[in-house]
Amino acid sequence: MGNFLIRHAQSCIAALGKLCRHPIGSVLTIAVIGIALALPAGLSVVVRNGEAIAGNWETARDFSVYLKPGVSLASAEKLRDELAQTAGIAKVELISADTALSQFQATPTYDAVLAVLDDNPLPHTLVLRPEEAATTEAMTAIADELTERADVDLVQLDTEWVARLNAILDVARRSIWIAAVLLVGAVIVIVGNTIRLDIQHQRAEIEVAKLLGATDAFVRRPFLYTGFWYGLVGSLIALAVLALSLLLLSDPVARLSALYGGGFQPLGLDRDGAFTVLGGGLLAGLGGAWSAVARHLADIQPTV
Amino acid sequence: MMISFESVTKRYAGGRDGLSEVSLLIESGELAFITGHSGAGKSTLLKLIGLIERPTRGQVLMDGRNIGRLPRRAIPAHRRKIGMVFQDHKLLPDRSIFDNVSLPLIIAGMSRRDIEKRVRAALDQVSLLGREAHRPEMLSTGEQQRVGIARAVVSRPKLLIADEPTGNLDPALSLEIMLLFRRLNEVGVTTLIATHDIGLLDQLGGRRLMLDQGRLAADLQAH
Ligand SMILES: Nc1ncnc2c1ncn2[C@@H]1O[C@H](COP(=O)(O)OP(=O)(O)OP(=O)(O)O)[C@@H](O)[C@H]1O
Ligand SMILES: [Mg+2]
Repeated sequence: MGNFLIRHAQSCIAALGKLCRHPIGSVLTIAVIGIALALPAGLSVVVRNGEAIAGNWETARDFSVYLKPGVSLASAEKLRDELAQTAGIAKVELISADTALSQFQATPTYDAVLAVLDDNPLPHTLVLRPEEAATTEAMTAIADELTERADVDLVQLDTEWVARLNAILDVARRSIWIAAVLLVGAVIVIVGNTIRLDIQHQRAEIEVAKLLGATDAFVRRPFLYTGFWYGLVGSLIALAVLALSLLLLSDPVARLSALYGGGFQPLGLDRDGAFTVLGGGLLAGLGGAWSAVARHLADIQPTV
Repeated sequence: MMISFESVTKRYAGGRDGLSEVSLLIESGELAFITGHSGAGKSTLLKLIGLIERPTRGQVLMDGRNIGRLPRRAIPAHRRKIGMVFQDHKLLPDRSIFDNVSLPLIIAGMSRRDIEKRVRAALDQVSLLGREAHRPEMLSTGEQQRVGIARAVVSRPKLLIADEPTGNLDPALSLEIMLLFRRLNEVGVTTLIATHDIGLLDQLGGRRLMLDQGRLAADLQAH
């Protein structure tokens, strides 16, 4: 058992040594793996941030109900109490015409405009905050019902584009999965091809080893370890490329974030994401090596 | 190790018979030379022992076991029990002498320390101690063949087979190599050598199996 582990360790290190001795081919293969893995990982970071933004707006999806001018404060209060009982609504706030007016008067620009008017032109307004769990459909239904009412002038519901953003993010998420699967497939082919060339290159060596009684496992081992190293180093390169890209983006993203009042913190790749990249790299490296080994090693039978 | 052929026929794809109906018995510890014209079946006989080819009919037995029937996965273990020497020696050109000779031991999974001792002992047997770090191209043809022999005996097999080990050597070197085989045989290794070099055999003794068109034409015991 100890010997077995030592042999594996030797084989593993020998494979790394060989990659270092033939740097050009290895570097190209590793670079391709790195880029192919960085691409879907980078897109998933973009989507993660999109989700965070959508999430921010979803908690702030209050909607405003403007009552018709001339509706009395008493009936506005009655409507408020009524709505507060409605399922799906967490809170209702009444902003009376007078309150609204004083808010506007506090703003210099509007102050001048309001000064020339005799009457308060502003209606009473109800601001509804949906419950966390309330669906967009339920909110739309409530909004439609309110719009029908005679005393309601306008319902402003802003959730529509949040729903659209979510739908777009769904499409993006799915696309990234498809891209990731395709790219990992491509990496398997690339590693497979590199290892196939290695096998051809070492044909004489493999034949001699088989003549001297090497098992298939013995002959296979160095190639599988080579695939392992391609996958490992390739995915580390992918993570490095990603980190660098995020660094390059950090300034413009900070500015964007500031425009939203610092409302959201830009996100990097989380731990699960990093492990997914690593796992994808190892899968592709070992898978590629395995496919090459399975197809090409059996062909090599010693001739004397 | 004892080898016996029981009416062994090897028909190659294409219909040519490499061996036909050969029966023979080689006792444990024996030294035997296989001779015959080109195409007589010398290599075929050795390939059947090393399981590089399988018999078409008949049985090849090693210590009583029918090796013609061994499953594919049992071939590596079978080959590890045999030392093989080739005419073109089959050394790996980009590895040192030490690495070349240690390969069978690495394949067998021996520890590093034991490998070092064994390799030195094997190189000592072929008088090449001190050349471990050299590459095959830095050695003469005769020395390269001796490295091939060191590699064949390093795992201390009970059977040594050699296919025209002196095919590329001049007469003096050939004799030296053959004498080396005889020394190895004297310590108890069953040794089977295919050779064209009939002139040499008179100086060596040993049993002679002569093949002709795939058939065993003569079996001359050592005098
Ligand atoms: N792989 C093969 N496919 C088809 N025919 C073969 C094959 N190997 C050998 N033969 C044929 O089998 C016969 C015996 O060949 P073998 O190589 O055993 O002869 P040999 O005695 O070793 O000859 P040489 O002294 O030239 O090496 C020959 O007729 C040869 O053409
Ligand atoms: Mg031959």
